Amino acid sequence: MAKQNTNNRFEDRLQQFFWELGDTVRFAGRVIRETFRGPFEWGEFYRQCYVIGLKTLGLISITAFIMGLVLTIQTRPVLADLGADAWLPGIIMVAVLREIAPVITALIFAGKVGSGIGAELGSMRVTDQIDAMEVSGTNPMKFLVSTRVLATTLMVPILVFYADGVAFLGSYVGVNLGGPISIKLYVQQALDLLWYFDIIPATIKTFFFGFAIGVISCYKGYNTTGGTQGVGVAANTAVVASSLAIFIIDLLAVQLTEIFI
Amino acid sequence: MTNKVKNNKSVIEVTDLYKTFDTKKVLEGVSMNLYRGETMSILGRSGQGKSVMIKCIVRLITPDSGYIEVLEQDILKLKDDELNQIRTRVGYLFQEGALYDSMTLAENLLFPLKRNKPGLSESEKQELVETTLRSVDLLDDIEKMPSELSGGMRKRAGLARTLVLQPEIILYDEPTTGLDPYTARDINELIVRIQEIYNVSSMVVTHDMKCAKRVSDRIVILHNGNFIARGTFEELENHEDEIVRNYFI
Ligand SMILES: Nc1ncnc2c1ncn2[C@@H]1O[C@H](COP(=O)(O)OP(=O)(O)OP(=O)(O)O)[C@@H](O)[C@H]1O
Ligand SMILES: [Mg+2]
Repeated sequence: MAKQNTNNRFEDRLQQFFWELGDTVRFAGRVIRETFRGPFEWGEFYRQCYVIGLKTLGLISITAFIMGLVLTIQTRPVLADLGADAWLPGIIMVAVLREIAPVITALIFAGKVGSGIGAELGSMRVTDQIDAMEVSGTNPMKFLVSTRVLATTLMVPILVFYADGVAFLGSYVGVNLGGPISIKLYVQQALDLLWYFDIIPATIKTFFFGFAIGVISCYKGYNTTGGTQGVGVAANTAVVASSLAIFIIDLLAVQLTEIFI
Repeated sequence: MTNKVKNNKSVIEVTDLYKTFDTKKVLEGVSMNLYRGETMSILGRSGQGKSVMIKCIVRLITPDSGYIEVLEQDILKLKDDELNQIRTRVGYLFQEGALYDSMTLAENLLFPLKRNKPGLSESEKQELVETTLRSVDLLDDIEKMPSELSGGMRKRAGLARTLVLQPEIILYDEPTTGLDPYTARDINELIVRIQEIYNVSSMVVTHDMKCAKRVSDRIVILHNGNFIARGTFEELENHEDEIVRNYFI
């Protein structure tokens, strides 16, 4: 249970922050243990994947398309000045695959799915539904939390791949605005600059994005206190903390990739 | 009534229970027994720790110290799967019903059935759900969502969800609080009827004197972290201690 914030002094807030950080890590450990112990709740897991995908697909499609398009339109003049037009598709692809698609997708995901999980589990907590589940012999950590965390962990990478593709399309449209180019040539130019080390670290980090969003949102919802008002707080802090975590993981991923590659 | 108490074995035995939240001492050495087939009420003012007490019995809250035996098992020492086994034999009615609001009434009852009675066939489950809902007069509302039910209906629905697993013990947390007198009376009658039909042992946490009078074989009063009096309704009504008598005014 989250400790009560008694006043706003900086020291106390810092202490509170680290206490919650530690508690979230403990929670994550418990989630992992519960996921691998005993039978897994496949039914609820599939349902979650479906719900999550359906919830975010539209938003991610629009955003990814526009990102690809806008990025291309804005980068073209710079490259044209340098006489490096042919690099345009490649540069966009690297930017999209490595950074833009994973981070934008994860942020949208945190906003939509993270707040949803925070609110759902939060309201289940304050209306005793989680306790009710527990006393009727169903482990809510397994049924509610493990399934959601696994679903977010797998769905973020899948949605990022999808966003990559849509952004690629947007970028192709953007390139065509400057003069027609065949899709074959475009793909060739795009893949020229790309090597598979662009994809592997970028994909690995998306699993961590998904895991972080799932764990943080579930943690916030599961430990909601303070009635209906607490539910709003849980949904809100789930998004804020997940978004922060995404950037921190992104930073760490860059550092680690530098070291190893 | 007293015979029922004396001749029977305990289904719940609580000894020397202590629980403190931060600095607030809630339970300070509480002990009690619940005998098979009896209905016992716990009275106490708001915030005295009645809910904490019954939550300890199903280990929703872990006490700081003490011993709790439920159906001859040491609850605090059980492993998770053994605990779940016991929990399915103990029904718990939450104050607001705690219905799963993403599921219909029927699904609310099917949920615990599917997970705890995998041996039953689909039609057997369906039939059990229908019989149970009929016994609390909610069969017509079987496809409704919890948000479409009134307060009294939710309580009955919550009760149906605990009954569907055919528990041996039922813990009621304020079953009549917040209901109008007529609905409260219906709930009281329901508690009595369930006791007669299923021969369950019950513990009823309440503020409601009418409820306590109607359903209880025995009453205990929780005050400042301990039970200060035990007895039948009539005995406590005329108790020598003024604090106890004050509850009955
Ligand atoms: N999880 C918890 N964390 C901290 N304090 C708690 C917790 N649960 C209960 N308390 C405290 O324990 C005390 C007893 O609470 P409890 O809910 O058992 O009261 P109650 O007797 O059931 O009252 P009511 O009749 O109003 O339901 C209260 O002061 C409450 O603030
Ligand atoms: Mg209470």
